[in-house]
Amino acid sequence: MIEAPPSSKPSAQPRVVSGHSSPMIAVRSLAKKIGQQEILRGVDLEVATGETLAIIGRSGGGKSVLLKHLVGLMTPDAGEICIDGQNIIGMNERQLGAIRKKVGILFQGGALFDSMTVEENIAFPLREAGERDPKALQAKVEEILEVIEMEGQQDKMPESLSGGMKKRVGLARSIIRRPSCVLYDEPTSGLDPVVADSINRLIRRLQQRLGVTSVVVTHDMKSAFDVANHVAYLHEGRIYFYGTPIELQQTRDPILQDFLLGRSDGRGD
Amino acid sequence: MVRFFNALGAPLLSFFQYLGELVLLAADTFRSIFTHRLRWKLFLNQVVEIGLLSQLVVVITGGFTGAVFAAQTFFQFNKIGMGSATGAVVSVSICRELGPVLTALMVAGRVGAAMSAEIGTMKVTEQIDALRALAVYPTDYLVVPRALAMMISMPLLVAECIAVGIAAGYFVAIFMLDINGTYYMANMVKWTRSRDIIMGLSKAFCFGILIVFISCQKGLSAREGAVGVGRATTEAVVNSSLAVLICNFFLTMLLNIIYPAGYQ
Repeated sequence: MIEAPPSSKPSAQPRVVSGHSSPMIAVRSLAKKIGQQEILRGVDLEVATGETLAIIGRSGGGKSVLLKHLVGLMTPDAGEICIDGQNIIGMNERQLGAIRKKVGILFQGGALFDSMTVEENIAFPLREAGERDPKALQAKVEEILEVIEMEGQQDKMPESLSGGMKKRVGLARSIIRRPSCVLYDEPTSGLDPVVADSINRLIRRLQQRLGVTSVVVTHDMKSAFDVANHVAYLHEGRIYFYGTPIELQQTRDPILQDFLLGRSDGRGD
Repeated sequence: MVRFFNALGAPLLSFFQYLGELVLLAADTFRSIFTHRLRWKLFLNQVVEIGLLSQLVVVITGGFTGAVFAAQTFFQFNKIGMGSATGAVVSVSICRELGPVLTALMVAGRVGAAMSAEIGTMKVTEQIDALRALAVYPTDYLVVPRALAMMISMPLLVAECIAVGIAAGYFVAIFMLDINGTYYMANMVKWTRSRDIIMGLSKAFCFGILIVFISCQKGLSAREGAVGVGRATTEAVVNSSLAVLICNFFLTMLLNIIYPAGYQ
């Protein structure tokens, strides 16, 4: 793994880097094989409480798989994942429920419940937590719709929303219960630059105002540089680089340079 | 020989794995029913979906089956001068076999397919992952309301099918085949016992359980987008129908020990 100051050679032994003493998320030697393909080959990573980490890497490199592991949606073949000090490996679905209340996740396509309206989708976590007062629910939904700049859209069905709107509603649903950590899977992919910027602002606002720990999986370098305190580059199933956005921009490592500048290695020629 | 067993091994293993998954889902559901709160709104929605909205299909199935069965029985029995026994044969057959089996097949086609498609679509569009991520256990939210609604609705639907089938048989026998109504009713009441109805309703309950778990399991294991959902739906209907027909034989043999047929 490359750490700041950047070097041109990745170190043989990956080392966990965070700079904070109490990580919200700690991943150790995480490995996952799907079919015959090794997706993760020993990922080590820490995310400190209140910080935003962007995980970047090429398509199909295992970023979303890593993210799903963090909330227990996938089970690793080896390794450890600690969320807020609790090792979630070996927990069953019901035990994971307590962890998942602390961690919100925004899925790549929003993953809205298509039989529910926008309002019902957003209020869903509160209803499940036992909130029954319709006025209180409505007030909270309206408040969060204002935050995601979608006032007056509560009666729409997901099928009538654009991709960006779906992502914003998905985000509203994942943060309405005020989790201490939010995971974002490609929050700006497929969005126009203005909507993408509004999502980035929202991520920053959550960190600044509520101290939410965030992990953002993205291809979008502008988004990564905008929102992240640290950036991790996932390459061939391992964390290849970990550092600040500025350190990433200054790196001379050819693999990172290729990624940052969007250069192919010529195999397609 | 080794090649034969090798070829047989993989499908056999996957069959037992499938049975295991069904049993685990059923065990998980029953555990959840007794240990976790019921989502009443979802349960009532499913009662409407399974019970109320299946009525037209069940009434038509029961009605026309009773009618044609009465006609065919009369055509055969009349040759040996036993036309008035038609009512007894129709009634007992519909209570013990035709009512539960045909209702189950119709429900498997209508409700089982819908369950599998709905849950399968949720699976491939990450909605089930979203449920899990929101700390909602999918079995509690998706399977328990459907299973309870099915356990309640199926016996009621079968009872309805039996009633309509017997009524349709009576109508055909009396008004179209000119059987003496008094003899028809007397024979029917004499030969139809409460145990025949209990047997039909017991079968209905068992078939409901088979359909709901087979359909939900297929939905929950759907993969590979729209094609996967289509495949899961087809397999749910086919497997449910086959399971109903196969289990019907064993249930008949078992229940006949408890509720023997005939006038005793």
